[in-house]
Amino acid sequence: MIRHVMALLLAGAAVSAAAAPTAIVGATILTARGETVIEGGTLVFDNGRITAVGKGVAVPAGASVIDAKGRVLTPGIIAAATDLGISEVNGVRETNDGGARQSAFSAALDLSTAVNPRSLHIAIARMAGVTRAAAVPDSASTLFGGQGAVISLAESGPAVTRARAFQYMEMGENGARLAGGSRPAAWAQLANMFAEAQRLAATPASFDRGQDSGSLAKRLDAEALAQVIYGRQALFVHADRASDITEVLKLKARYPALRPVLIGAREAWLVAADIARAGVPVITHTLHDLPDDFETLASTRNNVGHLQAAGVTVAIAALGGIGGSTPVNIPAYAGNAVAQGLVPGGKGLTKGQALSSITANPARILGLADTGTLEAGKRADLVLWDADPLELTSTPVAVWIDGAAQPMTSRQTELAQRYKALGRTDLPLQYPR
Amino acid sequence: MRSVLMMGAAAFALMAAGAAAKDKAQPPAAPPEVVSVSKDPWPSQYKPYPGAVTVIRGATIYDGAGHRIDNGMIRLEGGKVAEIGQTVTVPAGARLIEAAGKYVTAGIIDIHSHLGVYPSPGVEAHSDGNEGTSPARPEVWAEHSVWPQDPGFSRALAGGITALHVLPGSANLFGGRGVTLKPVYGRSVQEMKFPGAPYSLKMACGENPKRVYGSRNQLPATRMGNIAYARQLWSDATNYKRRWDDYTRRAQAGTAKPTDAPRRELALDTLMGVLNGEILVQNHCYRADEMANVISMSHEFGYKVTAFHHAVESYKIADMLKAEGICSAMWADWYGFKMESYDGIRENIALVNAAGACAIVHSDDENGIQRLNQEAAKAMAAGRRLGFTIAPELAWTWLSLNPARGLGIGDRTGSLEVGKAADVVLWSAEPFSVYARPMQVWVDGAVMYDWGDPRRRPTADFELGQPGVGEVK
Repeated sequence: MIRHVMALLLAGAAVSAAAAPTAIVGATILTARGETVIEGGTLVFDNGRITAVGKGVAVPAGASVIDAKGRVLTPGIIAAATDLGISEVNGVRETNDGGARQSAFSAALDLSTAVNPRSLHIAIARMAGVTRAAAVPDSASTLFGGQGAVISLAESGPAVTRARAFQYMEMGENGARLAGGSRPAAWAQLANMFAEAQRLAATPASFDRGQDSGSLAKRLDAEALAQVIYGRQALFVHADRASDITEVLKLKARYPALRPVLIGAREAWLVAADIARAGVPVITHTLHDLPDDFETLASTRNNVGHLQAAGVTVAIAALGGIGGSTPVNIPAYAGNAVAQGLVPGGKGLTKGQALSSITANPARILGLADTGTLEAGKRADLVLWDADPLELTSTPVAVWIDGAAQPMTSRQTELAQRYKALGRTDLPLQYPR
Repeated sequence: MRSVLMMGAAAFALMAAGAAAKDKAQPPAAPPEVVSVSKDPWPSQYKPYPGAVTVIRGATIYDGAGHRIDNGMIRLEGGKVAEIGQTVTVPAGARLIEAAGKYVTAGIIDIHSHLGVYPSPGVEAHSDGNEGTSPARPEVWAEHSVWPQDPGFSRALAGGITALHVLPGSANLFGGRGVTLKPVYGRSVQEMKFPGAPYSLKMACGENPKRVYGSRNQLPATRMGNIAYARQLWSDATNYKRRWDDYTRRAQAGTAKPTDAPRRELALDTLMGVLNGEILVQNHCYRADEMANVISMSHEFGYKVTAFHHAVESYKIADMLKAEGICSAMWADWYGFKMESYDGIRENIALVNAAGACAIVHSDDENGIQRLNQEAAKAMAAGRRLGFTIAPELAWTWLSLNPARGLGIGDRTGSLEVGKAADVVLWSAEPFSVYARPMQVWVDGAVMYDWGDPRRRPTADFELGQPGVGEVK
């Protein structure tokens, strides 16, 4: 069955995505819109866009038809915070463009210039159903890490879906360290950088002359932060302690157009109602439950469930702090949030909420209006699974990005094939077999 | 320092004195006094907590040794597995748990943890896992760094862990001794020690030692430096053992005085324990070629590597590992974070298993230890995608009996066999499902965790009075 589907897919890909509409027929379709489940549904896409979804949808004449009976179709997974495409081996400094400690610039850094669509991690994540990802910078010289990018994981086509999609900033213990040693120092740095950005916006000609030459902000950094202050770019703020989150929420009173997104947010559940009232979304993990710092004392796997119940838009991401955290496991992280709701006293997500937290919600947070759900008009970013997508043992059998069928191999699968049989033959394993 | 053997000699002397009372004419010569290196000077003070006679009925059982019983029963009594099978005797007054649709497994054993030595909160003052002051520190013992109040122990228990091995870190070629613990809080580490479990020696090859010491411009700065340093130390240890063996022979023959005993070298004591086969080598090593080098070094000096840890390239030499009888303790899918992990693949565990070598799922992580069942599930699925048939009850051996053997406690725990410890987990669903959680965890027959009973969920001292206390974690 898998082979059958793949053969059709490869044939389709060879003809090119634009040649004819494709209909995926018979799948259980999870649209990521609420709890909607369409049993035995049909999804049609054409020219990279979904044209119809539902039960009993007509298959257009001339369409390639994929029999997906017994399979589960979902939107592509959107990894809300990764280093995909910007770091090859984290421990090998020169392959890692996530942070720049010695740079004179911080907020100005544009991560889209570093995106490498040929990174082998992209193929590995894509095989696991990840179709788009936010590449997030690290803050290394100031609170501000720079401007993150939304990338496509497609084998070909534009690598960057949205350049300069958001600014990244550290608060809490990291922010304190970066700003010189305390939280007040961090807030002073933020106030100063924002003031400089506002002044630059008001009187650009005078910014780097006369009395302004002593400014603590570089012109390029100030320009980048003006995008944030005036709401043209979201501000991702890493904060974990409840009191730090409360301070972040206060920013909206001083900078009304600001669009903060909390990232990490380990103690967010303690102030969930305030976050909901402020309309601030949260990107977090589902597995943190240890007081591993003094800013994460209230960590619990109930965090996501509490936030959802309070009405906060939550995206589940493969954040650090959990060993081996990788975008490949994002669906299972969401599945764990469902499991948490089954524990006595636990707060979790429904399966529909869990799926939305890795598709529709990150799409909304990243400003991707045309992906994240299965609806007519949206990008055909699709994953066909062999079973429940949130299960540990499930796997995609096919992935489409913008309607193009993606290869289902990676350097890892090549290594596995090479070493599957270790017996000595007439040439070493490093020769083709 | 005089030892267990010394005490034995004293006891023998008392018996001899008793015999002498019957025959006053010819007092026998006192047996020779032989000084030896104590094998267990800091013994376990762990005592199992009380448990009721318990029968679990109707569950699917993965026994940890590779067997599965559908709709099975198990009786726990006196801290042991008393009976297991399709049906078992239900004694009057036994606690009976109806578990239809639920799963029972052997408790999970993590062969690679740093709980206690890198506890939460992970502040600098708590960083006690690496005595990174010399490439070789076999004299340090992880147990002397363990903070018994690490909140991580409670989380591990709630994840179905019934024993764990706490190791020093991998900054050194010889990192020190590891210790096997129960995830049962004590006021001292000795109250958590698994009784009678052998010590391990943590060794490391590859990037970490050469980076840590090379950056200080000292040996080792290269992989060849790693091996050279280690070989010299094994040679020194061989010499030390020779001196002790020689002294012991002479002392037993009555030709050496206690003051002739060699000077104790704590570092070499550990290595001599390895050469004597009493201390198990747990060797951090990523790359296949480096594991092969370590194997050759073990042959040169006559010791055995029990397990390679992390071992992301074990799949490249699985046949060699099988022939050597060396286990691989592995992650399901960690890869690519450092150069020596670049060739990590998700099929590693399944390929090691398929080659007939010993596969173990380990955590090396305070979060991963809470969900080793999930790691095994992913490894099993990756193996199936590669075409292998892997039954879940077989995959459970990666979590229980194999690590138990890798720790030298496989005769006491690791599988649900009559007479073994009642280290048991009752799961809410099939335990390789993402939706499954431990409902109850027994350690030596006592319920130490119950998801439905707050009185059976521990709270570490550190967490008392902190934000979030009382919340289900």
